[in-house]
Amino acid sequence: MNNFLLLPIIIPFFFGMLLMFGQKKIAYQRITTLLGLVISILCAFGLVANVYENGPQIVTLGNWPAPFGITMVSDMVSALLVLTTLILTFFIVWYGFESIKKEREQFFYYPAVMFIIVGVNGAFTTGDIFNLFVFFEVLLMASYLLIVLGGEKAQLRESIKYILVNVISSAFFVITVAFLYSVVGTLNMADISQKITEINQPGILTVIAILFLLVFGMKAAIFPLYFWLPGAYSAPPVPVLALFGALLTKVGVYAITRTYTLFFTQEVAFTHELLLILSILTIVAGCIGALAHFDVKQIIIYNIVIAVGVILFGVAQMNEAGLEGAMFYLIHDMVIKAALFMLIGIVIYVTGTTNLRKMGGLMKTYPALGWFYLIAALGLAGVPPLSGFIGKLLIVQGGFEAGNIWTSVFILASSIVVLLSVMRIFIYAFWGEQGQLATNVEKKKYNRLFFPTMLLVVVSIFYGIGTEWLTPFIKQAANVLMDPSIYIDAVMKGGE
Amino acid sequence: MEIVMAFVCGFLFMAAIYLILSKSLLRIIIGTGLLSHGAHLLILTMGSFKGSAPPVLSDGVTDYVDPLPQALILTAIVISFGVTAFFLVLAYRAYQEIKTDDMTLMKGSEDNE
Repeated sequence: MNNFLLLPIIIPFFFGMLLMFGQKKIAYQRITTLLGLVISILCAFGLVANVYENGPQIVTLGNWPAPFGITMVSDMVSALLVLTTLILTFFIVWYGFESIKKEREQFFYYPAVMFIIVGVNGAFTTGDIFNLFVFFEVLLMASYLLIVLGGEKAQLRESIKYILVNVISSAFFVITVAFLYSVVGTLNMADISQKITEINQPGILTVIAILFLLVFGMKAAIFPLYFWLPGAYSAPPVPVLALFGALLTKVGVYAITRTYTLFFTQEVAFTHELLLILSILTIVAGCIGALAHFDVKQIIIYNIVIAVGVILFGVAQMNEAGLEGAMFYLIHDMVIKAALFMLIGIVIYVTGTTNLRKMGGLMKTYPALGWFYLIAALGLAGVPPLSGFIGKLLIVQGGFEAGNIWTSVFILASSIVVLLSVMRIFIYAFWGEQGQLATNVEKKKYNRLFFPTMLLVVVSIFYGIGTEWLTPFIKQAANVLMDPSIYIDAVMKGGE
Repeated sequence: MEIVMAFVCGFLFMAAIYLILSKSLLRIIIGTGLLSHGAHLLILTMGSFKGSAPPVLSDGVTDYVDPLPQALILTAIVISFGVTAFFLVLAYRAYQEIKTDDMTLMKGSEDNE
């Protein structure tokens, strides 16, 4: 029994409340936000170290024994994701100082960011399926505010669709939880996992598994359900887009990973095969979108869809290498997507357009931006020794071990399309004749935007180079996913 | 009882889907309200209707209602209430800005702004 694991959720919540006051004082808002994030990051580092030493940490709220009270579980998977979330939010908030504009800063932008990470961290940490729904709603409510904040026409129009899609998916979530409750009679995730093995009802549980795939797939943007993503994500300003692109779809991916490794391990031949097929189709759809568009935002947004497919392909293998690769790739993708969106934001700022055809020749005027974009682009595609390599390698290795030869080859081929899609931005925007340039670029503002972005790219480089050092952490995470009994034992023991 | 509830839920979902598929924004919002009502009733049904006494436990009490679905419904109602309120305000604001509540005119392509 150790309350420490709640700190990365409670601290942002507390600072979010503080930020509700003094909304017009921008300096206070900025300093308080950064302070809250730094304290949370330190706690998250402590949490990762603690989980690494002592195994999964459990808190049962109100001291009710495990299946009755709400349990919060921090195993390696969730601890690492919580840490990544907080670090990314720190960089995005820092980047946002220069580009989010005063009107948004004065109207609860920072509290919304804090509440969104409360929701995201809570969703990563909770061990109760209904509590997962509640944390999803917390992060969705904050995301509704962020997507509409500013009140531009496009934002209002897209946020209506975004909210409608999410309201429907929330209703589905409630329905699915109701079905699951009627079958297993419990909401505690560890207890559900045990009961599912005992009751032996593969038919109805497969239906529930597919419903969960529908619910979380709508959030994670898998193949038939990604339709809302490109429109909704292109509306808000770049820092919000970076926050959404790095965090929100990944919560859905995490939820699929958790339910498909912990609950639905009975009918793997059907459920995981379906997940595999959908992940491949997701990659195809994402690749088509990424190559078809000439809008820089859209190209990177479609790359989110591709990455979701790759991660879920790793999860669908259900073997050690595949899950380890999925964990590596998940964290890599969060970091690199945030970095890419921030870089794209700078490109849009210095050119004043999002249309690739109007850009050109930035390499002469902004060489540093070009080189860092190139590094991030190569990292996204998985060129060794950058960050995407090890994840993709392990995912493909897992695919081969599970006997999915052709689909694994397909994953490798898709990396080339990813590389092509981001290289197109490099070729069009940085090479060739001098294209459009914005007239009002301030050098100071550019530098302030560039510095956090540069640091984040450096973080991603270290993530790639430091693979050796990270492997024990990721291995432990993959172990928990592979062997649900570690998770179950920890929860059931922690309640006493 | 379960059969009746199943029909009620099904009817609510049917009405919700019909409303959500219509053009007018206000009807869509009412549709989401009905959708969440259907979901809440479904939780109640899924908790089964066994038991008759309130779940106040003491020695010897064996006949009581499962309290958990009610707690879930209460949470879900509060959330859907908040989201619906936000959605209504947003719809009004969007109507002021875009000057229409017709979803077919909100595609965001070149010909409709």
